[in-house]
Amino acid sequence: MKVRVSVQLKPGILDPQGKAVEGGLHGFGFEVEHVRIGRLIDMDVPGTDPEEVKAKALAMCEKLLVNPVMEKASIEVL
Amino acid sequence: MRVAVPIFPGSNCDHDALHACGTVLGWDTIPVWHQETRLPENTELVFVPGGFSYGDYLRCGAIAALAPIMADVKRHADSGGLVLGVCNGFQILCEAHLLPGALLRNESLRFIHADVHLRVERADLPFTRAMKAGEVFQVPIAHAEGNFTLDPADLVDLEARGGVAFRYCSRAGEIGAAHVPNGAMNGIAGIVNLRGNVLGMMPHPERAVDPKLGPTGGLGVFRSLAEAFAHA
Repeated sequence: MKVRVSVQLKPGILDPQGKAVEGGLHGFGFEVEHVRIGRLIDMDVPGTDPEEVKAKALAMCEKLLVNPVMEKASIEVL
Repeated sequence: MRVAVPIFPGSNCDHDALHACGTVLGWDTIPVWHQETRLPENTELVFVPGGFSYGDYLRCGAIAALAPIMADVKRHADSGGLVLGVCNGFQILCEAHLLPGALLRNESLRFIHADVHLRVERADLPFTRAMKAGEVFQVPIAHAEGNFTLDPADLVDLEARGGVAFRYCSRAGEIGAAHVPNGAMNGIAGIVNLRGNVLGMMPHPERAVDPKLGPTGGLGVFRSLAEAFAHA
């Protein structure tokens, strides 16, 4: 099954990349604030039960994909 | 004194570590490829060097933390062996859960290379025993991700247990945001684990040990290690 893991910096963690992009958007005259940049990880995970597949993806987050000091993730089975 | 220097694809301070420990200090210093599963027999210090292991993919140090050799580095640390991680080596030790916290992008967004001053916060460690608490020494930094971060509650714990080994400071030893180059919480430049045998730091003491190449402010760390080994 197709799985999408979205990794975001936790609220309160400085996101200099987001800040830089926000500054760039302001440069074009866009009114925008709180720009935060994250990461999308798409993958194929064997299995047919969405709950089971989601549990596997959660284990992957805990082992490698997410650093809980600074990041949080949401998992979507597509 | 036997030192192992694990080398990952993208390590680029491995030769600085080998030069400092091997040539300058005269220790038996052995490079160890990341695919190895065992450190050399009788390794006393593992020096995890700086660089851009695995191209900093995913997060700095995240992939290197999974390399085969790291299992034996953890075993070495768990049995009380000394581990020093510098720059990317510090990031790797955090990702390997040998040290708490994470190193985020510098507050300025820029890669910074500069000489900085550090204040010794703990002088009772194998890495600092030849120095005095409050002593100031100068070493270079060269990093884009050195902004040390920890959950607020864990930061309080880290400070309370004396987990901070080095803090950025002025030449005179004053602490404060103005002297922190990268935005690190509480001006933290280096930390130790609870047992005091694993130290991670962003600045490069190994780049400041050879008088032929410049100032030698980093020698205090290596003199301390020499003392620790002499007393082991």
